[in-house]
Amino acid sequence: MPLLPPRWRLLFLVVAALSLPVIAGIVWLFLTGSFDEVHGLVPTGPLALKRWRFLWESIGNRPPIHVPLLNSMVFSVVVSVVVVTVASMAAYAISRLSFPGRSMYLGLVLMLHAFPAVSLIIAIFYILRLLGLFDTLTGVILVKASLDLPLGIWLMKGFFDSLSWEMEMAALVDGMSRWTLFWKIALPLVRPGVLALGTFSLLSAWGEFILPFTLIVSTRSWTMALYLQSFIGEVFTDYRVAAAVGLFYALPVIVLFLLGQRYLLNVYSGGVKG
Amino acid sequence: MRRYSAPLVFLLPATLLIVLFFVAPAVTTLYLSLTDISTITFRHPSWIGLGNYYSLLRDPFIGRILLNTAHYVGFTLLFNVGMGLLLALLTSSVRERYGNQIRAVWLLPRILPPVVYVLIWQGLSREAPYGLISDLLGTSRNWITAQPWNVIVLANGLVGASFGMLLFTSAIRAIPQDLFFAAAVDGATTGQTVRRVVLPLLRWPILFVTAYQTLSLLTSFEYILLLTNGGPGFYTTTVWSLHAYQSALSNYFGNVQFGLGAAMAAVLVVIGIAVSLFYLRIFNFRALVGEPKVEIN
Repeated sequence: MPLLPPRWRLLFLVVAALSLPVIAGIVWLFLTGSFDEVHGLVPTGPLALKRWRFLWESIGNRPPIHVPLLNSMVFSVVVSVVVVTVASMAAYAISRLSFPGRSMYLGLVLMLHAFPAVSLIIAIFYILRLLGLFDTLTGVILVKASLDLPLGIWLMKGFFDSLSWEMEMAALVDGMSRWTLFWKIALPLVRPGVLALGTFSLLSAWGEFILPFTLIVSTRSWTMALYLQSFIGEVFTDYRVAAAVGLFYALPVIVLFLLGQRYLLNVYSGGVKG
Repeated sequence: MRRYSAPLVFLLPATLLIVLFFVAPAVTTLYLSLTDISTITFRHPSWIGLGNYYSLLRDPFIGRILLNTAHYVGFTLLFNVGMGLLLALLTSSVRERYGNQIRAVWLLPRILPPVVYVLIWQGLSREAPYGLISDLLGTSRNWITAQPWNVIVLANGLVGASFGMLLFTSAIRAIPQDLFFAAAVDGATTGQTVRRVVLPLLRWPILFVTAYQTLSLLTSFEYILLLTNGGPGFYTTTVWSLHAYQSALSNYFGNVQFGLGAAMAAVLVVIGIAVSLFYLRIFNFRALVGEPKVEIN
């Protein structure tokens, strides 16, 4: 609000206090992942690094850490690239080209954007089995990328809509094809949108749990989410090991958060779904 | 035909993926719900018409599950919208820099991988001397088992509140500044300004967030699955979408009833389609599709 209330410092204290649980959770993760024993948020034992041994040896009958780590990296990077490419192409067509059924297509996209895709998971399981893609990373990548598409198309359409027509007109008059124009002129101009959508789908794929949990069985295709889950799903969870694994898994996200909070805030304020 | 070759090329990949993983699954859900497909009959399911829907109606636990679903959606929604609104108002009433920092903190639960987020909740809810909640309340309990609903609503709420917070913040920023100055000149206190100026102008965003989150909560079960898996005990925190998922895909009873799960999912799919079509109507779709200005493909 343009006018600060006279006692805004008090309000700040209130809202900071409300946010303490979130901070406490992160602190717990760091402490429990590093100290031998933690009571509440107070370390009572010495620093213990032996629970990080999952980094150099396999624990139980789990695969060595590089397998899920690599899978997760491939999964999130490929999903993000596919979403950005496919969504931008479709968004460009909807924003710039004229074809029959254009407004119906946009309506479909908008409807799917609101439609809760999780309710399709049972049928997706069945379809992946029919396609022979069940229990493969490729299958999960395709599903995850598809489910992010409506949001991506919608977001990118907004960016393409705000481009000026003059430049495109000039390029077309000079004889450039739509295809070259899209890659050489239009796409570079919407870089903020590409970055925002890329970041969003990267983070969302990195954290994705339900899809790999449902569509992947064999440990060689595990992602980090499944690897961590295997420590929590045990009868007696060793929270120290689980927290170390969890910290390792969440570290890229936390680092990105620390480096670019303002940027992330913009990404998630830009109409990205929750 | 050449005239439309460009749109065709641009739209082909997206259309293919949407048909394969949105349209086909929606149709498949409806189809499977009319068969007796299960682990045993996976290869040769037979058509049983509305049989699955009848057994749903006759299920003695269906009342319990509906009640759980209402509880989950209702309370989480209340927390999400209320907390989102409170956070948006508070962070908009302090220095911009501090407000942004607080908003960024609330983004954390949303961007953390859900499994890590749930692990943190489990760690904080442990018995004394390990769990922070037990420490603070002075009673040693495993709070997930003792108060499953409160933990589920809070865990979902801390993630969900940021959605409303961001949306309401943008809406507050979009209010013309003159209104605030006019209110101040008229001697309105901050409380009066919020109540008489800001809140009435947030009516649409609030309606939107409520509508949007009702639909996504109705079908979401990720955090419940990870926190309690529907327990503790029998169906204590099982909601509709989780029950559908478990009937169709978890081997709890050995023979999974794919068809029955599909029938439960089909109900959600139909609700989802109906509600999202309704959104198209109220959020004025026509205005969003301007005609392209360059007619060369």
